[in-house]
Amino acid sequence: MRSPDLGFRVSIGAFAAALLLVVIAIGFTLANDSWLSLQKFGLNFWRTSTWNPVSGEFGALPFIWGTLYSSVLALLIATPVALGIAVFISELCPRMLRTPLVFLTELLAAIPSIVYGLWGIFVLVPAVRGVETAMPASLRTLPLFSGPPLGVGMFAAALILAVMVVPFTSAVAREVLKTVPETQREAAYALGATRFEAIRAAIFFARTGIIGAVMLGFGRALGETMAVTMVIGNNPQVALSLFAPQYTMAAVIANEFTEAANALYLSALVEIGLVLFVITLAVNALSRALIWSMARQLPSKAAA
Amino acid sequence: MRTAAPRKVLSALFVAACGLSVILALIPLAFVLFFVVSQGIQSLNLDFFLHNPRPVGEPGGGMANAIVGTLMLTGLAAAMAVPIGIFSGVYLSEYRGSRFASAVRFAADTLNGVPSIVIGVFAYGVAVLPLRHFSTLAGGLALGIMMIPIIARTTEELLLLVPHALREGALALGATRARAVFSVLVPAALPGIITGVVLALARIAGETAPLLFTSFNNRFFSTSLTQPISSITVQVFTYAISPYEDWHRQAWAGALVLVSIVLICSVAARVATARVARIRTQ
Repeated sequence: MRSPDLGFRVSIGAFAAALLLVVIAIGFTLANDSWLSLQKFGLNFWRTSTWNPVSGEFGALPFIWGTLYSSVLALLIATPVALGIAVFISELCPRMLRTPLVFLTELLAAIPSIVYGLWGIFVLVPAVRGVETAMPASLRTLPLFSGPPLGVGMFAAALILAVMVVPFTSAVAREVLKTVPETQREAAYALGATRFEAIRAAIFFARTGIIGAVMLGFGRALGETMAVTMVIGNNPQVALSLFAPQYTMAAVIANEFTEAANALYLSALVEIGLVLFVITLAVNALSRALIWSMARQLPSKAAA
Repeated sequence: MRTAAPRKVLSALFVAACGLSVILALIPLAFVLFFVVSQGIQSLNLDFFLHNPRPVGEPGGGMANAIVGTLMLTGLAAAMAVPIGIFSGVYLSEYRGSRFASAVRFAADTLNGVPSIVIGVFAYGVAVLPLRHFSTLAGGLALGIMMIPIIARTTEELLLLVPHALREGALALGATRARAVFSVLVPAALPGIITGVVLALARIAGETAPLLFTSFNNRFFSTSLTQPISSITVQVFTYAISPYEDWHRQAWAGALVLVSIVLICSVAARVATARVARIRTQ
C-alpha cells in the first residue's frame, strides 16, 4: 500500500471509528448513569411493580409488561396487514401501481410520531372510547375487556403502534420476497398451483427473512415513544385488559425524566433506558441475522 | 375437476385479502393527513410564523421561536452528522471486506435501531449533566447521533452503485485513492447523497423524544447554544397534552408544518432519485 493511501485510510477511518465509539459510549454511559439503581435494586427492579418515587420504591415490572404487551398486540395486528401489502406490491399489483403504493407506504413511515400522537389523542381515542362503550355487557365481564371505557389505554396504543410498524415490516418483507428465485414460482405454476399456492410456496421459501422482517417491526414497536405516551394512559399496572390504561418503558422515561428530583430516581429511569437499549439491540441483531442468512442461502442469482 | 373449485376460490380470497390489507393501511394515512390538514389549516396564519407563544386566551400567538429552534437543532445535527456520516460511508464502501468495516457497519445498523428516547438519555448523560442545564447543543447532539447511521449507510450504498470503470479510469490516470474517491466517485454519487441527507433531516426534524430532556423547551425566543430552546415537535407535545382549546389548535398547526416538511422532502427526494436513475440508464 502506498503511503498516501494509508494516510487516506487512516483519516477516513477516524470518522468510521467515531461512529463505532458513539455506540460503545451509549452503552457505557447508560450503564454508568444507572449504576446507583443497578446496585441498590439488582434484579428486584424488574420483579416488583411498585413505582413510588416519593418513597423511593422503584419496581419496573409494569413498564416492561406494558412495552412487551403493546408491542406484541401491535405485531398481531400489523403482521398480516404488512405481509399482505408486501405480497400485493411485489407479486400481484399492476406495474404502474407499484411506485405510488411504495411511496404511500413510505409516507406512512415518514409521518412523525408526535403527529400520530396528536391524531391519537383527538381522533383515535374518542373513536376507541365509542367502541368500548358500545361493547355488550356480557363481553365486558371478560378480563380482556374489563374496566371502565376510558378510550386511552392498551388498545389505542396497540392500534397506533400497528399503524407505525406496518411500513417497516412490509418494506423488508418486500425486499425479501424479491430475492425468491423466479423458478420457485414457475415450478409451482407448472405443477398446476393456483396463485395462492404459488405465493405460499414463495413465502415458505422466504420464511427466514420474513420472520426477520417481523422482528424488525417488533424492535421498532418496543422503542416507539411519543405516540404511545400520548394514548396509553400512563398508569403503571400489570393488567391483561385491553381497556386498561398502562405504561411503557419509553413512555415513563419521556414523562418523568425531567421530574426526577434525586439521583436514585434518575438512575432508575436510566436503567429502564439501558434495558430498552439492550433489548432493542438484541432484537435488531437477531432480525438482521435472519434477513442476512436468507440472502446468503440463495445460490447467488444462478437460478435466474 | 370438482376439486379445483375450492382451491380457486381460496386463491381469489387470498388475492382479495392482500388488496384489502393495502386499503387497510392507507385508511389511517388518509385519516391522519385529512385531520392534520383540515384542523391545521384553520390556525395556520402569518402570526404562527412571526410570533412567540402567548399565554392562554391571548390571541395571535405563534411558534416563531420553535421554528427557529428546530432550524438550529437540525442545523447543529447536520453539522455533526454529515462529515462523520459521509466519511464513514466512504470508508465502508472503500474497505468493504475489512473486519473493521464490518464492525462499523454493524454499529451503524445498531445505532439505527436504537430508540430515539434512549439516545436522548445518552445525550442527557454526556451533555446536560456536565453543563448542569438543558441546552441547544445537547439537543443537536442527540439529533446528530440519529442522523449519522442513515447518512453513512446511504453514502455507502450509493458509492457502490457508481460504475467501476470510473474508479479504474481515475486510478489509471495515476490518481491516488483519495483523489479517485473525492474527485470522481463522490461527485458521481453526490445527488443521491444529498437526497439521503435531506431525507435524514426530514426524519430528525420530526423527532420529539430525544429533545424532551436535552434541548427541553423555552417559551421565549432564543438562539443561544447553551440555553434551552423550543422546537416545533416539543411545542406540539406541550400543547397537545394541555387542557386548552387554543393550544390544541396551535398543536394542529404545528403538526401541519411538520407533515409539510416531511412531504416536501420525500417528494423532492423521489424526483431527484428518479432523475438520477434516468441519467444512469442512458
